[in-house]
Amino acid sequence: MSEKDNSSVRVFLFGKRYDVPAGLTIMAAMEYSGYRLVRGCGCRNGFCGACATIYRVHGDRELRACLACQKTVEDGMYVATLPFFPLVKEIYDMEQVRPADQVMMSLYPEIYKCVGCNACTKACSQELRVMQYIAYAQRGEYERCAEESFDCVMCGICSARCPAGISHPQVAMLARRLTGKYIRPRSQHLKDRVDALLRGAFDAEMDAMMNLPLEEIKTLYNGREIEK
Amino acid sequence: MYTPEMFDSIKKVEATRPARLSAEVGRLGAAEKDQLLAKYHPDYRKDAFSTIEVGPNKGERAPHELVAILQARSRVSGVSINADANPDVDVDVLIIGGGGSGAAAAIEAKKNGADVLIVTKLRMGDANTMMAEGGIQAADKANDSPVIHYLDAYGGGHFKAQPDLLRKLVMDAPLAIQWLEGLGVLFDKDKDGTMITTHGGGTSRKRMHAAADYSGMEIMRTLRDEAYNMGVPVMDFTAAIELLLDENGAAGGAVLQNMETGERLTARAKTVIIATGGAGRMHYQGFPTSNHYGATADGLVLGYRAGAKLLYQYTLQYHPTGVAYPPQVYGALVTEKVRSLGAQLVNVDGVAYLNPLETRDVSAAGVIRECAIGKGVPIPGGTSGIWLDSPMIDELLGKGAIEKRIPSMLRMLGKYGIDIREVPILIYPTLHYQNGGLRINVTCESPDVSNLFVAGEAVGGIHGENRLMGNSLLDIIVFGRTAGKNASEKAKGLPIPTGLNLKHVDRFMKEAEAAGVKSQTVSPMLLPDYTRHAAGS
Repeated sequence: MSEKDNSSVRVFLFGKRYDVPAGLTIMAAMEYSGYRLVRGCGCRNGFCGACATIYRVHGDRELRACLACQKTVEDGMYVATLPFFPLVKEIYDMEQVRPADQVMMSLYPEIYKCVGCNACTKACSQELRVMQYIAYAQRGEYERCAEESFDCVMCGICSARCPAGISHPQVAMLARRLTGKYIRPRSQHLKDRVDALLRGAFDAEMDAMMNLPLEEIKTLYNGREIEK
Repeated sequence: MYTPEMFDSIKKVEATRPARLSAEVGRLGAAEKDQLLAKYHPDYRKDAFSTIEVGPNKGERAPHELVAILQARSRVSGVSINADANPDVDVDVLIIGGGGSGAAAAIEAKKNGADVLIVTKLRMGDANTMMAEGGIQAADKANDSPVIHYLDAYGGGHFKAQPDLLRKLVMDAPLAIQWLEGLGVLFDKDKDGTMITTHGGGTSRKRMHAAADYSGMEIMRTLRDEAYNMGVPVMDFTAAIELLLDENGAAGGAVLQNMETGERLTARAKTVIIATGGAGRMHYQGFPTSNHYGATADGLVLGYRAGAKLLYQYTLQYHPTGVAYPPQVYGALVTEKVRSLGAQLVNVDGVAYLNPLETRDVSAAGVIRECAIGKGVPIPGGTSGIWLDSPMIDELLGKGAIEKRIPSMLRMLGKYGIDIREVPILIYPTLHYQNGGLRINVTCESPDVSNLFVAGEAVGGIHGENRLMGNSLLDIIVFGRTAGKNASEKAKGLPIPTGLNLKHVDRFMKEAEAAGVKSQTVSPMLLPDYTRHAAGS
């Protein structure tokens, strides 16, 4: 924190006012105010979605959403964390499901009740086009759904705002797994290497390497040819 | 946004960039590396370590902070536990930790027919795995082989890795990738399915597989989804605070504690897997960390008190490129992939002073040296950092490469007005990985405590004294699966453990008392305290 912007801002944590230094994230502001977090705190770096938070800045009619570890506090900010949201996670066997039209209809039929309000997209803490990826899922375009949703941290804010009760992150999860397992081509060189390993094709060479005196291994290491 | 002083330095970086784009910075020789490490790497700072006075590693050194929690008071000293009659939890395999290795272990144990339970002190998937950005190594291309992978990792770890563990890591690597591919993990691939692979620091072949720069998140969320699909039960917000041993001294369960209500539970299990992860939140030597909120070395404390020996507990990995500025993301990880894609480390004068793909320990020591000799970029508050010249990536690979290959970096710094396509990133080393941990054999079982298995970052010895990028995501899959298979298989032949007790804890505390250790703290730590009123902050 630089010295010159060390002024304080008013934040209202669950409605109660605290004065905290400007420049803190919402999470740091909570800790500065004395909250010792158990819920609503995970990776602290924007990857895990544990710290979904909704807020409104005084005078702004819009209700906004963010990750508490990623958002800097603003003066007059009213904050409520959403450390858990009851998403629907359907159970499926990846060996049995296929990327056919029926799969979403049978597992997550509520996606067809989307009213097109776009509240999910507006709420996304990752700025993803959530309604768009749901539209792809509706149309059975799972690869496009996977790509559009790839950066999803599954915080669940979208679902909290959805009038149709859609569990967007779980729909996207299924679309990504279908894409990775069935739609994108499998890697042939990977399969070849696995087959070779299972045949024991590298065993003798590995034994030989491990049996070398340490000084010879060091010489090999220091003289490695490095791929350009 | 950067300060005017920083922008002055950026002008110098921009001035040297055209020439740097085509000129490679030479690599250091073995002796030069040794000198750099000895002088500047935090592992070599004698005043940061003390001697362990109690337990299996008595007489060896460890960071002060680790010694303190190993020798602290138990959360359950003096409490009598009756877990034989009506344990709250009764399973075949108890898995402590809900990260990548715990999830992989659970999937395999469940597949093997075991009654399994994951206990995790936060949520399932709240783990360092989720935050691994850059990728996962496997020698699966024609110009590469597991033997070359072995040599890269063995040398990168100062020739200290346990050879049998490292062999398993590299030989099982392609199988691990194929397993993940079969679960639906979206690896970066060409249209024909060829894996897009890059270098990591210290690799001699391009074998880093990735899922953009969300590699760990993509793997973790997929494993979590699969564990749920298989019906693996998860008891979340529940920490293990001590292992229970049976009348023969074998692992037989754990004492659990609800993180919110404080309620204590007993768990009985035929085998126990410690998959508790790392220790970044211990903030060794005052470093910031790239680690998860729960990375407090709990499993090391639990295992150590039960008699499991630690290996390489004196080596930590300081990732060379943590965010140095802005303060909101201080210590956050800037993935090594930024360097894999071509960005150089550049000092205040615009000089690229070290090859960007030296191993992490060497790179970190290099950053610390530049700052120590006055070649760092000044940061308000009196510290300094080094530039990671990210705009080089789009210059080298074409416009759009940054957006496609490292979107989370673009997003993280973009929130603070720093467009990494236009300006470089200011970095300084951040505490990243626990190289050491509990000793295991190649089946993942502790040679010291029967029926106790360990997987993931809590293990010591797989990587030696320094880990290469991409070998940790690999290790949690390879050894997580191995632990799950072997712990469930062994459980099949074991009776329900009896005589569960905490005598080992009492013995440990008596030994500490006899050694004159007087600790006021309790451990495991479970979570750090970052409140303003916390002691010491």
